[in-house]
Amino acid sequence: MNDSIEQPGAPGAPVLSVRRLKIGRAGLGGAGAIVSANEFDLAAGESIGIVGESGSGKSMTAKALTGLLPPGVVANGVAEYGGRNLLGFSEREWRSIRGSEICTVMQDPFTMLNPVMRCGHILQESMAPGRRLSRAERRAESVRRLAEVGITDESVVDRYPFQLSGGMRQRVAIAAALARDPKVLIADEPSTALDVVTQREVLALIKRIQQARGMSLILITHDLRVAFATCDRIHVLYAGALVEAAGAGAMQSEPLHPYTQGLLLSEPPADRRVRELVAIPGSVPSAGEVQDRCPFATRCQWVAEVCRDGVPELQAVADGHESRCVRLPEIRTEMAEIRARAVEPAPALPDGRTGAALVEVEHIEKVFNSGSRTVRAVDDASLVVRDGESVGIVGESGSGKTTLARMLVGLETPTAGDIRIDGISVRDWRALGDQDRRKLRKTVQMVFQDPYSSLNPMRSIGWTLKEAITTHQSGPADIAGRVSDLLESVGLHREYAQRRPSALSGGERQRIAIARALAAGPRLLICDEPVSALDMSVQAQILNLLEHLRTERGISYLFITHDLSIVRQASDFLYVMNGGRVVESGPTEAVLDHPQHAYTGELLRSVPRSDGNWLGASA
Amino acid sequence: MSLKATLLFIVRRLAAMAVLMVVLSFAVFSLVYLAPGDAVDALLGGKSSTPELVASLKEEYHLNEPFFTQYWIWARDALHFDFGASTQTTLPVTDEIGARFGSSVFLGVYAYVLTLLFGVVPGVIAALRRRRAVDRGLVAGAVVTLSTPPFVLGILLLYLFAVVVPVFPAAGKGEGFLDQLWHLTLPAVALALTISAFLLRHTRASMIGVLDQDYVAFARARGLASRRIMLRYLLRNALIPVVTVSGVLLTYFVTGAVLVESTFSLGGLGELLVQSAESGDLPMIQGLTLIIAVIIISANLLADLAYMAIDPRIRFERRS
Repeated sequence: MNDSIEQPGAPGAPVLSVRRLKIGRAGLGGAGAIVSANEFDLAAGESIGIVGESGSGKSMTAKALTGLLPPGVVANGVAEYGGRNLLGFSEREWRSIRGSEICTVMQDPFTMLNPVMRCGHILQESMAPGRRLSRAERRAESVRRLAEVGITDESVVDRYPFQLSGGMRQRVAIAAALARDPKVLIADEPSTALDVVTQREVLALIKRIQQARGMSLILITHDLRVAFATCDRIHVLYAGALVEAAGAGAMQSEPLHPYTQGLLLSEPPADRRVRELVAIPGSVPSAGEVQDRCPFATRCQWVAEVCRDGVPELQAVADGHESRCVRLPEIRTEMAEIRARAVEPAPALPDGRTGAALVEVEHIEKVFNSGSRTVRAVDDASLVVRDGESVGIVGESGSGKTTLARMLVGLETPTAGDIRIDGISVRDWRALGDQDRRKLRKTVQMVFQDPYSSLNPMRSIGWTLKEAITTHQSGPADIAGRVSDLLESVGLHREYAQRRPSALSGGERQRIAIARALAAGPRLLICDEPVSALDMSVQAQILNLLEHLRTERGISYLFITHDLSIVRQASDFLYVMNGGRVVESGPTEAVLDHPQHAYTGELLRSVPRSDGNWLGASA
Repeated sequence: MSLKATLLFIVRRLAAMAVLMVVLSFAVFSLVYLAPGDAVDALLGGKSSTPELVASLKEEYHLNEPFFTQYWIWARDALHFDFGASTQTTLPVTDEIGARFGSSVFLGVYAYVLTLLFGVVPGVIAALRRRRAVDRGLVAGAVVTLSTPPFVLGILLLYLFAVVVPVFPAAGKGEGFLDQLWHLTLPAVALALTISAFLLRHTRASMIGVLDQDYVAFARARGLASRRIMLRYLLRNALIPVVTVSGVLLTYFVTGAVLVESTFSLGGLGELLVQSAESGDLPMIQGLTLIIAVIIISANLLADLAYMAIDPRIRFERRS
């Protein structure tokens, strides 16, 4: 079946060579561009990372390489594999490539497996056709394949995907993708939908299998640190164009494109608290908008006329290091200075907690009943938030952190325990008097995770903010003026009041959501994963904004997140939750530098780090 | 799910079905008293009343007994398929129904098969050719069909295929399998078209949902044969919601059959229902209502069981 495909040559020679790759919507010309210029070589046994934010075209590149572009999207250029150009393949020719030569693992393990098939069956159907095996042999082969991905429990063969956890599903999916022993594995954000601990396990597994099999790997990710830890070479895509390519070590020590550097500095460092994150202003443009200039020109601090004058060429700037920045020779030293300044640690926070207790949660419990099942979402958790303090709650999904937050604002009623906010007992919001309730709503406000669903799409931003203002304050006032003030306080121009949520980017929407929460003049802002739905380069903006608002207004924060780096940056005091319980608490720096509980230690080891040891520690 | 749990589920559903039937039968029995005039008038069904006839009716229907005793006697008989005699023909209701049952069931099953054929197949094709001419044509056709009542379609079909191009008979139900098939084709098509238009849209939406799923893309990425993807991935998942609505669709068949049987003068159960309603033939209405109810409830139970059989998520989530 594969006779027509030449076997890849000597080690080191590229297995897959991509040149002048362009992907776009058919019939729209330049405006429909998704990828405008991408290229890379992939050697046998090599792992490369394609890194980019949403809209960079990284996933479309992966789809183009397996012939799975959506209808109406076409790829041009050359993707040479075994002496032939994949991009000209017919559906029939693709079938001889997919699975057996190149295979893809996708992002979401919860939707990737056929829900009505048992895992063993999924593996068996993925194996190369032709060999006739008995039922017992096929089963034994499935068990062997599962063992390769670290599943030793044989009963998984007989289970349906929905009976497995996300990490297990992703392992089964990887086993299915490897069933025909492909030479190239494309992993498209294989760990993004998973919890931090599972994320590391899955990446370590992919890395281990890739090395054991001598397989080539293309890892597609938005997280530079993940790519550094997993891959030999890194390719950074921005708005459809390759802006920088280098070996992982070289790029990490000296990124040579302003965007790569911005992306790297946007990520809060895991090991220290810095004065302020270096955020990239604005948001990612689409490839179609930046066809005639440097794609990063609109957000780059070093932008000059030459940057807007045509798309710069990719140039070799060092051995094996390419960059698309035309001004690199002029700005290289300045970039290095910024990097050095960015990692300077912030002054240590004063020890001890001062200020009166604003929120006191005592031995709170929440039990959910669904049918005959009871789930203890929060189990005897206690915490305190003091005036002007930023408190972090960190934990994985299912740790009960979001349920806890929902109880604080009265969206859930606790099964047992007590909550006092500003001296008022709020165990049961329904039992509160009108006056108390109004006071509490003014005291506590919440910013939700998903800015795409937390704003009413039918209403203008001005209307949304006006509603928030008039809800909490009666009597005539300069409402339009207040709306403008709110917008300016979150760094947006007053004209935004006229717009609707659909016209805004994710970061802008989250700013509006924060402005809405501020309208009540709260003393406590509960932020439930406020940046996890945003692009990396925008996350830093929002984190900086929140920090700025805190110092300016003296608001307390309850910062709920799964990300230890963010919590280090954004909180003074930390509670670590696991399985509904608070397993450890203390000043954030102290907890993260000297974890006492085993679970905190495990979380810390799971935070993506650039060095290879991150994955190597224990797979 | 274990066999025990499945059996438990079936037993629970059967018990619920029994309760439903009791409530329903009570309502049906009460019709005698809800009808205009008193119970005797209702049972007379428009015949002139003589003291002897009234006395014999009171005797036959135990009208002198308390209400609940009457219901008990009636329900016990109904369990033995004894609904009394038609006030129109004086024949036992059971015999009247029995004489027409076969052809009505034939029509129902025939129409059901056609519905699946006209609904699912174009629905799948429309989804696969999404936003192309074929898709738009099929969806437009479905909208037109959906807004046309079955008896109008029936008359149109009669005119086209029995009058203009006389390939099918205009009336009668035929003898023997092939003859029945020939006679009942036009009525079955008339009955099936409206419902299949609904099913087409349902199948199309469901299929489009599945086409966009990651597991289909992942199956293609692994190089599975397209035939396999079609059967085991697309159809297998897309038809789950189709099966769940098929039980509900049966209700439309019953109402549709009333009109279509009259249009084609088939003398089936639907036509019988119309006649008995016109002449106020209460025992007949009671018998027919109960039988139709049993059919609909059983069909829904079957649809639920089929749903359980084809979707493992339902089976296992019940247990956990």
